Amino acid sequence: MSGHQHNDPDDPALRVRAIEELLVEAGLVTTEKIDSTIHRYEHEIGPLNGARVVAKAWVDQAYKQRLLADGTAAIAELGYGGAQGEHMVVLENTDEVHNLVVCTLCSCYPWPVLGLPPTWYKSVEYRARAVREPRAVLAEFGTTLSEDTTVRVWDSSAEIRYLVLPQRPSGTSDLGEDDLVHLVGRDAMIGVRLAGVEI
Amino acid sequence: MKIDLSDFGKHAPPRSNGELVFDAPWQGRAFGTAAALVDAGHFSWPVFQAALIDEVDADQDGDYWTAWLRATTSLVHDLGLLDKPQLSERRLELAHQSPDDH
Repeated sequence: MSGHQHNDPDDPALRVRAIEELLVEAGLVTTEKIDSTIHRYEHEIGPLNGARVVAKAWVDQAYKQRLLADGTAAIAELGYGGAQGEHMVVLENTDEVHNLVVCTLCSCYPWPVLGLPPTWYKSVEYRARAVREPRAVLAEFGTTLSEDTTVRVWDSSAEIRYLVLPQRPSGTSDLGEDDLVHLVGRDAMIGVRLAGVEI
Repeated sequence: MKIDLSDFGKHAPPRSNGELVFDAPWQGRAFGTAAALVDAGHFSWPVFQAALIDEVDADQDGDYWTAWLRATTSLVHDLGLLDKPQLSERRLELAHQSPDDH
């Protein structure tokens, strides 16, 4: 805060505060509810959830089959679900097919397993280019695929949300599920990177 | 390929996308306010999503959370939860408060 006596009424921070105050005063929402929602998305709901789903699918074939057959139900087995994850479809990456997820209209994203979308996912550039030139976009993320691999781009909608099941990195056969979780980054579950090559 | 787990932040899994979920506190408030309205049954996420698509479309290069806030505001008006003069008035009141007033 600048300490100026008069603030800009168009400042988004002030606009949010005005709307929140009025909604709370009208009894339509509570400050506690808003606080707890923010807290959950900052600290509990995030790509770690999706990473647990992927790691389990890597070590448990039966779970993987259930996940590919009915993503929503298999994800719910691990306790994840709710807003923006009601209709989950899981896309398996293989040597033949690489899946890439985008939302061309806005920012549809599977919140229960990935949290809120990163800035680049919401950008007009990614939304347009992921469809037009997916291989170029992948290359900018450092992901180069074999020419023989088919790239499939999936456009999220208000109804269906996608989670990419990346390929398990080679050389990880001696790792258990808990260790594998740490090889699964958010970007691999959107399909812009491979598992095991990030954070 | 040899995997060195220490490179992957073993004790700091990517809980928050590897970046801040919100760049500024007001973005979190905007998110939380819409989520609380959905939770209280005032509108559904698909309805919000449609409003958000309109706002993103109206200002392609604009800020995402500002579009989110505009979507919330327009729904709150359209559904008659708050009226426009009320909101404008509160904004002006807040703008004229000094930072020490709150």
